Amino acid sequence: MSASAVIAGRFGAYGGRYVPETLMAALEELEAAYAEAKDDPAFQAELSDLLHNYCGRPTPLYFAKRLTEQLGGAKIYLKREDLLHTGAHKINNALGQGLLARRMGKQRIIAETGAGQHGVATATVCALLGMECVIYMGDVDMRRQELNVYRMRLLGAEVRGVSAGSATLKDAISEAMRDWVTNVRTTYYILGSALGAHPYPTMVRDFHRVISREAKAQMLEQEGKLPTAIVACVGGGSNAIGAFYEFIPDANVQLIGVEAGGRGPKLGDHAARFQKVGGGVPGVLQGTYSYVLQDDAGQISLTHSVSAGLDYASVGPEHAMLHDSGRASYVSCSDDAALKATVTLSRTEGILPALESAHAVAEAIRLAPTMAKTDLLMVNLSGRGDKDMGILAKELDLKGA
Amino acid sequence: MAIEFRKKPGIVAYLTAGDPDLATTRDIALAAIDNGADVIELGVPFSDPLADGPVIQRASERAVARGTTLTDVLGLAKELRAARPAAGLVLFSYLNPAMRMGMKTFCARAAETGADGVLLTDMIVEEAGEYLEAMHAHRLAPVFLAAPTSPDARLKAIVGASQGFVYAISRVGITGTQQKVAGDASELVTRLRKFTKLPIAVGFGISNADHVKAVGEFADAAVIGSALVALIEKSAPADAAAAIGQFIAGLRA
Repeated sequence: MSASAVIAGRFGAYGGRYVPETLMAALEELEAAYAEAKDDPAFQAELSDLLHNYCGRPTPLYFAKRLTEQLGGAKIYLKREDLLHTGAHKINNALGQGLLARRMGKQRIIAETGAGQHGVATATVCALLGMECVIYMGDVDMRRQELNVYRMRLLGAEVRGVSAGSATLKDAISEAMRDWVTNVRTTYYILGSALGAHPYPTMVRDFHRVISREAKAQMLEQEGKLPTAIVACVGGGSNAIGAFYEFIPDANVQLIGVEAGGRGPKLGDHAARFQKVGGGVPGVLQGTYSYVLQDDAGQISLTHSVSAGLDYASVGPEHAMLHDSGRASYVSCSDDAALKATVTLSRTEGILPALESAHAVAEAIRLAPTMAKTDLLMVNLSGRGDKDMGILAKELDLKGA
Repeated sequence: MAIEFRKKPGIVAYLTAGDPDLATTRDIALAAIDNGADVIELGVPFSDPLADGPVIQRASERAVARGTTLTDVLGLAKELRAARPAAGLVLFSYLNPAMRMGMKTFCARAAETGADGVLLTDMIVEEAGEYLEAMHAHRLAPVFLAAPTSPDARLKAIVGASQGFVYAISRVGITGTQQKVAGDASELVTRLRKFTKLPIAVGFGISNADHVKAVGEFADAAVIGSALVALIEKSAPADAAAAIGQFIAGLRA
């Protein structure tokens, strides 16, 4: 795009703002409000205090001794975002944006959710701050992440099912954007991943930077050196960008994003936007220019993943830039490998990962034996798997009552 | 073949191409023109129409499911131009299909069809550099949307980049019918008037003769979209063109 030089919110060629004109004033207002809040010590102090006392930060960087021994290669460390209040990294961003919304005087909050973790985090923050909350969620996702639907409703949020399209995350975002266009004067949209029109990808990343800021200090303290590689799952890419960001200048630290390989490499069977054949090409979906799974005519493809949080046709624009520059590499992991990794981590470490995070664990399991014993492999364990018990019971044929 | 509103208020008719099928869309468009539509907005169906309400969402979904592509819509535009040389013809699309074709290729092919202009729903003026260059090279009119929420500085940029007409969105929200024309609309048109002599067409929620009359009091043209698409949805394909012709003829009654 020729305007890239003058437009804020570009990550190389990617990012930008591609929205209906009705939203532009709101995005400009948001950009200005965020720039102000970001530099306001009082805002940052309140956020830090809540992240510490309400959410439980800093999260541990845990040495997974038994998993390391079993794999016989690199030392594996888990950044325990799964231990955060509400059970995933999503609360970092939901809390930041919730405080921003309150500062902007917006009393009505809307959000989309895929796996339900961002929805739960947003509903939680709305309860905490006393704000009205509407969550859009695809019907398919409501069924497969039903526990999170109950949680959101218990927290006082209204959950609206979306039946359009594939009835997953993409369709929930479209519906949330329609709500925002309609109620833009009174409503704040807490977008849950490093996606969408500027300033969202930058803002969401900033709220998750704390992951890599903590991890860097913790790794230096525990091992006296930086990790050899960092592995994180990538749906929209918020936990991954948070885990990568402070390490980007450290060229020796490998950054590895893991996409959903689903059932196989055919378009429609996965959500691996960066896959060489049958993957995405640059385009515009829901406000930003990035890699998009689409057909030859530019229609957005259906996607599949066992994990609702990774089941999305596009990817955050900053990841598109890191991909093209080669600073980060992106691989994919199949549904089956993610399910196996869930069992492995549960039984070696007593940690049940979210199916999303299990994609990163699976890549670590594949990678660690190929690395030296002196290497350090950090996995961003972005969420816990309690929400997935329904899927796991079925997929793993677990016995209940 | 230029965009002109001969009678006041002018009528812009939006159709989702390929719903129920391309041949029927062609017949419907011809009937619309013959019954008083000054401009046809030929909508390229898209899988994820996030600015549209349920009526146009359903039409897009049906047309996409039938396999309707941007290339098909360009073919249809060419046929319409050949059949009705004097009618205004604007291609209406979300950005991604045009981007997938390549912006330069898309503009070149749009010009070859004989279309007068293009409106891209999710293209804002700040991002439009390459698009505008290609549009100018092919003498196509870029039509941009102006919203009630757009501050004056944005309106100025929007009218500066637009040709043919400016599309004023009558209210905040997505496409779809409503009871009466929102008060936002006349205020927006008044603000736009300070910056441009281009014709101003008001759309979103304009669905009957009363609305068209109300719009005619402060703007140059009315855009009818969801009301037409809904009528097509409930008509048998063979009857759709006649139904739309009759409906459009009644709008300026």
